[in-house]
Amino acid sequence: MDTQLLTTFLFLSVVALTVGITFWASRQTKTAADFYSGGRSFSGFQNGLAIGGDYMSAASFLGISGAIAVYGYDGFLYSIGFLVAWLVALLLVAEMLRNAGRYTMADQLAFRMRQRPVRTAASISTVVVSIFYLLAQMVGAGSLVALLLGVDSQAIKNITIIGVGALMIFYVVVGGMKGTTYVQIVKAVLLMIGSALIVLLVLAKFNFNLSSLLGAAAENSGKGEAFLQPGLQYGATLTSQIDFLSLGLALVLGTAGLPHILIRFYTVPTAQDARKSVLWAIGLIGAFYLMTLVLGFGAAALLDRDAVDPVEGGNQNLASPLLAEAVGGGTGSTGGAILLALIAAVAFATILAVVAGLTLASSSSVAHDLYKGVIKKDQPVTEKDEVRVARIAAFGIGAVAIALSIPAQRLNIAFLVALAFAVAASANLPAIIFNMFWKRFNTRGATWSIYGGLTAAVGLVLFSPTVSSLPTSLFPNADWAIFPLNNPGIVSIPLGFLLGYLGTVTSREPDAEERYVELEVRALTGAGAEEAAQH
Amino acid sequence: MTEHDRAARHDPIYDRLHATPEFAELRRRYRSFVFPATAAFLVWYLLYVILSNWAGGFMSIRVVGHINVALIFGILQFVTTFGLAYYYARFSAAKLDPLARQLDADYRKGGDA
Repeated sequence: MDTQLLTTFLFLSVVALTVGITFWASRQTKTAADFYSGGRSFSGFQNGLAIGGDYMSAASFLGISGAIAVYGYDGFLYSIGFLVAWLVALLLVAEMLRNAGRYTMADQLAFRMRQRPVRTAASISTVVVSIFYLLAQMVGAGSLVALLLGVDSQAIKNITIIGVGALMIFYVVVGGMKGTTYVQIVKAVLLMIGSALIVLLVLAKFNFNLSSLLGAAAENSGKGEAFLQPGLQYGATLTSQIDFLSLGLALVLGTAGLPHILIRFYTVPTAQDARKSVLWAIGLIGAFYLMTLVLGFGAAALLDRDAVDPVEGGNQNLASPLLAEAVGGGTGSTGGAILLALIAAVAFATILAVVAGLTLASSSSVAHDLYKGVIKKDQPVTEKDEVRVARIAAFGIGAVAIALSIPAQRLNIAFLVALAFAVAASANLPAIIFNMFWKRFNTRGATWSIYGGLTAAVGLVLFSPTVSSLPTSLFPNADWAIFPLNNPGIVSIPLGFLLGYLGTVTSREPDAEERYVELEVRALTGAGAEEAAQH
Repeated sequence: MTEHDRAARHDPIYDRLHATPEFAELRRRYRSFVFPATAAFLVWYLLYVILSNWAGGFMSIRVVGHINVALIFGILQFVTTFGLAYYYARFSAAKLDPLARQLDADYRKGGDA
């Protein structure tokens, strides 16, 4: 069985399926509400699946299982942060955002503040977070395809990045939120089934005994019991321990500030459905991360170290696909080839669904916030015009993402995702939380927290060992790393909240306080909230 | 409802609803659930992160076979997340939704009048 042929065939099947779905969805996309929010007509369960599809990125599927395969227990720490984070979204954000907003993250700020400054700030932050996240996915897609085709060719990677970029523009421009949502639902189902299949095969090899799986992983890793304990990746020094704490904060507080996740709450008819979708998402994402635990330790137990450990020349992002090949019968076997191709195609579908969500979130914000809310604030803008601008913006965002991804291939994928989470937690979350719960909060507070959190998170990374001073840095020969941590969250998140507080108490905005009454009633009761479109 | 332009649309019905005892009760119930719950799960999560960082000896204690405290602690984070999510769903369906629905109905009546 020719793996490359089969892999190519399955990749093309994924592409054909998603393109078909998008065309089908495009026939139902007529109004701005259809384009931005899928007519708010998805059920809680559908949206829960789509949230899972939007959230479980290649960084989770390939990255976490790979990190567990290499670093053992420390890889698992990511999963926990990524899951617990959903409680912030469930308890504090999802329902109120659904009731108070319309299409974008900025809507709930603009509800009671001065339109231009808050929409500009929220839109800039939306685009920055989404671009970092997009880069991670597209760089990941490039290496995945190149490695699966067995050719380490820069041209193949670049072609893949351009292809993924073209597809995500297509999904968003043609299918809008409806098309994107169905792509994400299909992906979530494929990902869950694919992972469950491999997990069952791995567990069967160990007679469904978790302890013997862990024992085999510890032994095969060459690190013994330490492999099952925290500390292999982060425990070396006090700095790396604080770095881990900083990462943990960004993971748990970032999710509820990710624009592409936030806009998913607008796709359901009511706040109760938004709550249901988060509950489904928590169940789905939790089950998935438990499976990555088995995938990661399974890869550690069953694969040769030199296949996955970067220190020994392996590629940790390939742990899951290689594990699939191993449990299917090994290299050269038909079962192995089929499972390898299948899991690779699932990983590819995963990437496509996530990049579509990111492109939609940023182009929506450019059209709805920047174009309609800022540039054309005093002129009437028709829905048709707004959606046209959103489609043009999708082209622009896609082009920028492609152009940046090609040179960004030297960057570590997990780092890019962690940076997106740090910016979301530092810039977006303070503004969202203060706006919902603090009457006094105002325009200056919102802009200070967004710009301040954003600048701090990105700025600290520029002066971190990620960018200079170490052999693994972006600029290994330079040294301006005055900030010792790779993850900025422990400084930038409190700073975002502090600036939101300081900006608020140093200015008075009676209008914003007066309108808080309306915001609060609407957020908690749904009175006057946007309703589902009637088709 | 068209554009979110502030000055243009302050509907006094929101002031009336805001002043009702039902709204005050809804707000009190919501906040007195989510604030302590958020504090609790954040502390619980940070405890886990801090123990992973600085209590390696404790986390490495083996409980059954190769299953150690760290793994059980990690799985417990999943269990508490599922549990709190489920508990909040039950709580909000029983204690928040009826009040919210009633206030929303009042809003719709007021809007028609």
